[in-house]
Amino acid sequence: MASLRDIRRRIRSIRNTGQITRAMQMVAASRMRRAQQRVLASRPYAEAARTMLGELSQQRLDPTAVHPLLRQRPERRASFVVFTSDRGLAGALNSNVLRRATEEILAREEESQIVTIGRKGQDFFVRRGRRLAATFTGLGERPEYAGIIPVARVVVEAYTAENVDAVYMLYPQFISTLQQLPVVKPILPIQALEEEGTPLEFIIEPDAEAILAALLPRYVEVQLYQALLEATASEQSARMIAMRNATENAEELVSELTLSYNKARQAAITKEITEIATAAEALTAART
Amino acid sequence: MARLSVEIVTAERRVLSDEVDMVIAPAVEGTVGILPRHAPLLTSLRPGVMVLKRAGEEEVLAVSGGFLQVSNNRVLILADTAERAEEVDEARAEQARAEAEVALREASSQAGGVQTEAARTALRRSLARLQVTQRRKQRRTST
Repeated sequence: MASLRDIRRRIRSIRNTGQITRAMQMVAASRMRRAQQRVLASRPYAEAARTMLGELSQQRLDPTAVHPLLRQRPERRASFVVFTSDRGLAGALNSNVLRRATEEILAREEESQIVTIGRKGQDFFVRRGRRLAATFTGLGERPEYAGIIPVARVVVEAYTAENVDAVYMLYPQFISTLQQLPVVKPILPIQALEEEGTPLEFIIEPDAEAILAALLPRYVEVQLYQALLEATASEQSARMIAMRNATENAEELVSELTLSYNKARQAAITKEITEIATAAEALTAART
Repeated sequence: MARLSVEIVTAERRVLSDEVDMVIAPAVEGTVGILPRHAPLLTSLRPGVMVLKRAGEEEVLAVSGGFLQVSNNRVLILADTAERAEEVDEARAEQARAEAEVALREASSQAGGVQTEAARTALRRSLARLQVTQRRKQRRTST
């Protein structure tokens, strides 16, 4: 049986750990709320961009000059933008995303191009000796639109240079605080959009091709930005839950250890009393 | 009388959603004024000042490019950035203007087309922001 001092030391150390995990849980909870608000705040723009693209695709466009980002071609080589977090202690979040990414990459004959966001993804692929086309870290800390622009540039360039024939993004979709699921979404080529209702005759300045040329790269950025925001919200909620479990486990351990500490203490006291009593009895027996 | 419902969004947030009588926007081909029952219009925007008029009062915003769509009395503006007058950091805009002017002088002396264009856009952006703050000050002194 462990000595009293050992048990006391363990209780203190577990209690400390529990305090740390509780603090991390609180931080993650407040960051999660902010991240969720950002996700909501970014939706109107994405919807508006989608509407505008829909309207534009209904206009009479020059069929010989389809914008390169809309042009479909048979998929031989794919590119994956994999969103992971920079920091760990977020439960199974990153391993789920990376497992899914590995499956997708192994399912393809040609070696896929990989772009990672977040340190965990970078470490994972580098450890496996994969070549990365680009890697970005520090985006999820305070997600900003400006941060995603270079990511979009990398994939748009790879697509227009025909180094890859399709670009997918892979990120943990935020379903609820308790559930995040890795999803794969195609971003390039941009899928033709269908708008309902009769097309309006728009006056277009300067012309539909010029607006499309400006709007399409924007649209790629917006989709990546939304994925980043969702990945951040997922990261924070996964961490919050992981830390809550850790805090609860620590509390449970502390109460178990306290029980055995008290038992050990009781046993020690009983033993001491028995010894004293025995000694006293021996003394009186010797005197008579 | 019919009014226009205006929505200004940026990638990061919805800046404004309101009913107004008139929208004046800096389109690429020149400033456009939009009144209710305007014909459907799609245009890109250049950096500049956007004015929303409602019942004799006006609100001014600085936008730095984007897109504008008008259909069925609805004005949808996808701005790269959009700031209300009170949100503009005047000192920063002033500094940006000074930097852009220097960059423009350097670029035009070297005859680099892309750089000149970038500097010119940066200059327009900072000027739009400054203009917005000035209009706000004028209004405050006049009332």
